[in-house]
Amino acid sequence: MDGKIGIGVWAERLVTFILDHFQPSLDAIAAVVDGFGGGIDAALLGMPAWVLGGVIAALAFWRVGVGFGVFTLGSLGLIYGMGLWEPTASTLGLVLSSTLLSLLVGVPLGIWMAGNRIAEQVGKTLLDFMQTMPAFVYLIPAVMFFGLGRVPGIIATVIFAMPPAVRLTMLGIQQVPGELVEAGRAFGCHPHQLLFKVQLPNAMPSIMAGVNQTMMMALSMIVVASMIGAGGLGNVVLQGIQRLDIGLGFESGLSVVLLAIVLDRITQSFGSVKAPARRFAFLTRLRPAAAR
Amino acid sequence: MTMTMRLDDPPAVAKTAAPPTTGKTHAEAEVRLQVRNLYKIFSADPKPALAMLNAGASKAEVLDKLNVNVGVMNASFDVRAGEIFVIMGLSGSGKSTMIRLLNRLIEPSSGEILLDGRNLTQLSRRELVEVLRRDMSMVFQSFALLPHLTALDNAAFGLEIAGVDKTARRDAAMVALQQVGLGAYAHRYPREMSGGMQQRVGLARALANNPTIMLMDEAFSALDPLIRTEMQDELLRLQREQKRTIIFISHDLDEAMRIGDRIAIMEGGRIVQVGTPYDILRAPADDYVRSFFRNVDVSRVLRAGDVARFEASNTIVRVPGVLGPALQQLTESGHFYGYVRDNENRFQGIVSRDSVAHALRSGEPRFLTAFLPGIEPVTSDLPVHTLLRRVAAAPCPVPVVDANGIYLGAISPSVLLETLDRGA
Repeated sequence: MDGKIGIGVWAERLVTFILDHFQPSLDAIAAVVDGFGGGIDAALLGMPAWVLGGVIAALAFWRVGVGFGVFTLGSLGLIYGMGLWEPTASTLGLVLSSTLLSLLVGVPLGIWMAGNRIAEQVGKTLLDFMQTMPAFVYLIPAVMFFGLGRVPGIIATVIFAMPPAVRLTMLGIQQVPGELVEAGRAFGCHPHQLLFKVQLPNAMPSIMAGVNQTMMMALSMIVVASMIGAGGLGNVVLQGIQRLDIGLGFESGLSVVLLAIVLDRITQSFGSVKAPARRFAFLTRLRPAAAR
Repeated sequence: MTMTMRLDDPPAVAKTAAPPTTGKTHAEAEVRLQVRNLYKIFSADPKPALAMLNAGASKAEVLDKLNVNVGVMNASFDVRAGEIFVIMGLSGSGKSTMIRLLNRLIEPSSGEILLDGRNLTQLSRRELVEVLRRDMSMVFQSFALLPHLTALDNAAFGLEIAGVDKTARRDAAMVALQQVGLGAYAHRYPREMSGGMQQRVGLARALANNPTIMLMDEAFSALDPLIRTEMQDELLRLQREQKRTIIFISHDLDEAMRIGDRIAIMEGGRIVQVGTPYDILRAPADDYVRSFFRNVDVSRVLRAGDVARFEASNTIVRVPGVLGPALQQLTESGHFYGYVRDNENRFQGIVSRDSVAHALRSGEPRFLTAFLPGIEPVTSDLPVHTLLRRVAAAPCPVPVVDANGIYLGAISPSVLLETLDRGA
């Protein structure tokens, strides 16, 4: 210890302090996260593979197109064929629950930061910190506070994956054209009306980009979080590493990639809010022509 | 209260609030909106800047000394019911700030804004919102339509905010869209429309909640010249159908002259002159104002109503069957022609000394027989350049009436030439 600055010691003390004094709050958080994650997990695993696969493929078909629908069906079929369906569904459940939790916290945080200078400055610094900290480091306090298993996995993932949701929500709202906000105020919007009727709809593409980013980061983190027993495909990857089983490692890695591609394309399609409107635009376009 | 702190007029502004001299059509109209000593200082603490301005400093000096931007300084003017009041100035003159102060998109630093006598600067947020929803609306330069809503829902926006239920607000929005000629495009999205159409939607949105005051911020400046003229006509047409009080910001003199009943000219945050286009043209307050008019074709700017001269001595009130006093009035005043109106000031016809004398002699002493044939009155909103031939050809000064047939005065060739000469 000679000559070293004891920041590590202080971090340790802080963790111990929190453990000693905030155990009930930690338990409450754990219970909520466990209930949430467990619920989604149970729902996805409870479904027969063909139902879940069918739903995902249908989404891909509707939002992206025929080609991607076929690709999705093929990918899911391959995963099923490799015998990795169950860990994949479990990973999907973990990704969905951590993404939802990230958004639940991140979007309101982004809205707050968009309208408050001090919150923006402090928040941005915090986000930079969260994003540059190596992902593995989150696992340590997560384990200390919540033990091993699904809950610390989800919590570490939420912390890691939340920044883009916050950032892009904030950015989206700040980039709403000034005259639009003025129009809202000039017609007598109360602040909540301005938010829900003017700012959020206009920030939607940016927010959806944040959702997409968050989901991708959650997927990458949840694989890492298998080291603390989060479960899912990460476990299989870990087995592959431990046994030096190249085949198993490749198969599980491939499953992660395929899942990532499918999720990415589907969430990306929600970023362009105009897509469905355009698809049915021919209906509205007929009217003026007929009226003329 | 710091908000309503009274400040003495700096000498430079004293002449601005002078009432216009020839606002014929609006002279009797009530004042809707009064702006009194309004200031906007862009600073958390406006006091030092206000003190400096009060001591006679200019906008540039305040910026120099305190590094504080002055948006509007000591603005005072009245806007009357039913008029189009144009605030004109070059960019940076504070006109956009000015219009935003009126509905408090920007909070005034000091001064009063009285709407029907009620001080808007004193209202709480909640009270202000009520006023904005009921009485005021705004049209923006960049249209500011919500891209995710159709034209119909955009037009219904103000009503939606005010909590009007869906069918009622859509009905009202549809009426507004039809007013601006977009009924068939109700289900289009803004991105599927041209700039002119988008601004019509912006106009419909402002009309939908049936406001009594409309604020228009460079509403037509982003449109190309042809569409701009078309929209100006549209606005004038709407204004004929339903009189609203409109405050219109513009940097375009032709536009201001074309649609403005009265014009306020702004420079460096101050209002330099307020008056009818004719007033300002005839007596520009300073070189800045004069420079605006340098390249203006007066005959296209001025309308018949601006040039018409009203004289009591040649205006005869029609008393059916009684011609004697009319002849006496003309003889005594030295006029050869007399302009006859009824007791509600509606124009009836023109008589001359000869025609009256002839009618008296004919044994049928009626105005109808005394009226000179072939001379029709012109309406007051016609631009002067369309009148040249008629004025030159008419035997007497050409009578001018407003849209309701009220006699306003007459235009003689000499008055017309004088006017055109002054503008050159």
